Amino acid sequence: MAKTQGKVHSIISNLVLVKVEGPVSQNEICFIEENGERLMAEVIKVVKDLAYVQVFESTRGLKPGMPVEFQNHMLEVSLGPGLLSKNFDGLQNDLDKMTGVFLKRGEYTNPLEEDKKWSFTPLAKVGDRVKAADWLGNVKENWLDHKIMVPFKMEGEYTVESIVPAGEYTILDVVAVLKDAAGKKYDITMVQKWPVKVAIRNYVDKPRPFRQMETGVRVIDTMNPMLEGGTGFIPGPFGTGKTVLQHTLARFADADVIIMAACGERANEVVEIFTEFPELQDPRSGRSLYERTTIIANTSNMPVAAREASVYTAMTIGEYYRAMGMKVLLLADSTSRWAQALREMSNRMEELPGQDAFPMDLSAIISNFYARAGMVFLNNGKTGSVTFIGTVSPAGGNLKEPVTESTKKVARCFYALSQARADSKRYPAIDTLESYSKYLEYPEFVEYAKKNISENWIADVNEVRNMLVRGRETSEQIDILGDDGVPLDYHLVFWKAELIDFVILQQDAFDNIDGSTSMERQQYMLNKVLEVVRSNFEFDSFEEVNPYFKRIINGFKQMNYSEFQSEHFKKFEAEVEEIIKERKSV
Amino acid sequence: MNTAFQKVYTKITQITKATCSLKAQGVGNDELAIVNGRLAQVVKIWGEDITLQVFSGTEGIPTNAEVTFLGKAPTLKVGDDLCGRFFNAFGDPIDGGPAVDGEEREIGGPSVNPVRRKQPSELIATGIAGIDLNNTLVSGQKIPFFADPDQPYNQVMANVALRAETDRIILGGMGLTNDDYLYFKNLFDNAGVLDRIVSFVNTTEAPPVERLLVPDMALTAAEYFAVDRNEKVLVLLTDMTLYADALAIVSNRMDQIPSKDSMPGSLYSDLAKIYEKAVQFPAGGSITIIAVTTLSGGDITHAIPDNTGYITEGQLFLRKDTEIGKVIVDPFRSLSRLKQLVIGKKTRKDHPQVMNAAIRLYADAANARTKLENGFDLTDYDKRTLEFAKDYSNELLAIDVNVSINQMLDTAWTLFRKYFTRSELGIKKEIVDEFGNFSD
Repeated sequence: MAKTQGKVHSIISNLVLVKVEGPVSQNEICFIEENGERLMAEVIKVVKDLAYVQVFESTRGLKPGMPVEFQNHMLEVSLGPGLLSKNFDGLQNDLDKMTGVFLKRGEYTNPLEEDKKWSFTPLAKVGDRVKAADWLGNVKENWLDHKIMVPFKMEGEYTVESIVPAGEYTILDVVAVLKDAAGKKYDITMVQKWPVKVAIRNYVDKPRPFRQMETGVRVIDTMNPMLEGGTGFIPGPFGTGKTVLQHTLARFADADVIIMAACGERANEVVEIFTEFPELQDPRSGRSLYERTTIIANTSNMPVAAREASVYTAMTIGEYYRAMGMKVLLLADSTSRWAQALREMSNRMEELPGQDAFPMDLSAIISNFYARAGMVFLNNGKTGSVTFIGTVSPAGGNLKEPVTESTKKVARCFYALSQARADSKRYPAIDTLESYSKYLEYPEFVEYAKKNISENWIADVNEVRNMLVRGRETSEQIDILGDDGVPLDYHLVFWKAELIDFVILQQDAFDNIDGSTSMERQQYMLNKVLEVVRSNFEFDSFEEVNPYFKRIINGFKQMNYSEFQSEHFKKFEAEVEEIIKERKSV
Repeated sequence: MNTAFQKVYTKITQITKATCSLKAQGVGNDELAIVNGRLAQVVKIWGEDITLQVFSGTEGIPTNAEVTFLGKAPTLKVGDDLCGRFFNAFGDPIDGGPAVDGEEREIGGPSVNPVRRKQPSELIATGIAGIDLNNTLVSGQKIPFFADPDQPYNQVMANVALRAETDRIILGGMGLTNDDYLYFKNLFDNAGVLDRIVSFVNTTEAPPVERLLVPDMALTAAEYFAVDRNEKVLVLLTDMTLYADALAIVSNRMDQIPSKDSMPGSLYSDLAKIYEKAVQFPAGGSITIIAVTTLSGGDITHAIPDNTGYITEGQLFLRKDTEIGKVIVDPFRSLSRLKQLVIGKKTRKDHPQVMNAAIRLYADAANARTKLENGFDLTDYDKRTLEFAKDYSNELLAIDVNVSINQMLDTAWTLFRKYFTRSELGIKKEIVDEFGNFSD
């Protein structure tokens, strides 16, 4: 198909109007040529023969009349082995392949390696009937089984005409030939392209999530669980530990593949991931964490239109691995920056603004995006999932702003970070009582917890939650009436809630042991704490309560810092039990 | 550069307070122009209609003014001759010295490829415990002071700059009063460090829109020293609130729809472009940015401090502690996000736990004070925290402290021993055993 040509007509920052000489489609990609540099842009509006394109690069020096060539396709990513352990920008350029310290305008690099050989094992046989997303073969990508699939774009049923034997192949070698009903043959390689703004839907069914996604973070796993294929969001004013929490999740969550989209955030945070992840050990495989991680880095100083694309690029790669039957965890930090990119463009196009000058369809765009997450049953009956957790950076810490409100409507888990907790260094600063996980009410999860955690798990968690509510109420009473103005029992309730806070809710993300807690250990500690919560204690005056509970808390904290069931752990456990005996009523 | 044919235009079609428009051809985006002798920059091209932002304002510009295009974006001549000099927002000397000769570079250049950055890991000691102990700074970091206009932020910032071990200091002054400009000039002169300082200053006497160029000028100079010379560069930007106000003026003149607090919708990206120039290069050079964002009535929810907070790696709050009558670095609201990279690693290993314990006890003191104010009896613990808070504020948080980090840690332990028992600290046992010197 011939490519439509055009010429630059007008320039307003990164919005460029192009006078076109043929057909163009919405979201089509084009390149503007400026003195030998080719600047990538995307059509976002067409008025008569003027195409409005958002340029993914700086438009400095661009002049009217410069030639533009349209590409007949939308913004696409390449999907194939070699996506893991990569650092991409928002348009899937491999940042490591770029030359020079500074990003060069118009430099686009191949996301995959064309000359690298992969060890391919066929899964399909000649004569097999296959359709899009069916597995044809297997390739070892690091230690993961990367499935080579029938390209998602292929419609209808095909017969496997031929497939190569096990061996070493590059991504461009033909590994299989498929034949459609009319006898037309198609060469299949290990790489395929997919437009990022379109969801990959080649699965049989998308049920409600039911399996827990362990994260190692107690306040999430115990109090507000996340499920495989679930959605959640973390809003928080700056300085409340949002990013540390995301990094902890990336490290310890029970996922096969981690995709981190650093969307309009600080470059040094991305550098932290680049530097630390290769060093960190994956707790399950013992290999480097980096081997199962892909990073999409479009930091705040990189072009704003590419920032908008970056979350879609990340989601598409996530969906690709989901189609292989993997558990994918997608973290986006921060979706507010993405929304701001939408706002900047909407503003330049002089659209009538919605609330806070955001585009009117912001809410629809956000819910469409969250809807792409989920657990699915694949064609072969296996499951795969994309769990999505996004952060939101509410302007002025006000949760009533449009991005937070729109997100709240669609995300099933809400992890509220609290300034007050952050100020008093109670990390992670998730306010348990403000937060929720709607999955706790899912009968599917209640069943799961009964079978996999403990018979009374949900009831225990609710008991702890109630204690925290009572603790908060009594703490307010004590503040109003004074320490000696309330019955002694109030102090007891308050300190029991503090015990839960210090031992279960607070967690030292930087400690090797306390940083991540297994579900078994969480269940064990919750029971230990509940024993104290359910006990009665004898005190003569309220002044004895504080130091006594501080000793219990101190003992429990030392347990948290010790290897589970180690000698150290048991020693502190015995100490705590001694302290409890001192005052426990019989 | 295509300055060979400099066509002169003489028909301006539209004039607003900050912009003027005319019909012209072959003009590039972001290009500079001279309008009636004043510097202007292309901000919008609509077919043949070109909109220019005139930096010094459009007062007195006639519709038949001469307009020539320079065929280039704003530039700065960089070289060692910059040192010890004071320039205006256009990079022209204002200290009476000669023009600088050097390589001409476009300002506001491209971003560093994130994978080519190095993780910041070098501590910048300032001697101020409120910073070094609680909010340790790291080279390659960007951090602002959030301060009300009446607080001594410029003085503290200047102190930090002079004490920090850096090769080069670049001052970007936006809307500085003449008094503050002279304060910096005298201070640098007297400290005998003028030869390692470069200053770009827009005073309140100059038109506000000019100051939009100051950060890019300062950072282009900084990149020269950090990249070409592998130097550790510290950039001081004061006051970024006035910079953002200038952005709002221009966006308003261009009829853009304002978002929160009348700020342009692109405020976040605009500020990020500046602050993200802070970087640690692999070759050893680095750019560290310390900025000032003045607040109105301590309101950090305003769009300027709010967006800044999301971009910078923490913030430093100054507060007057009436109890001891000194300005302190507020331990609750201040934060250095990069401190984790150095504390306990480049400093003594008890640093993180001592820092957290002290702040937690200080928070307990704040609760005790609330109780006291509400007329309740204090427990023995409450009273001890109050005493502790006073000493802690005086000996560690006050901005007049100037000691080494080990001394700060020792001071904290001394205060812990004086007022508390081991179990009240909540510090890991091994750490207390090694550094606590508790007698029990």
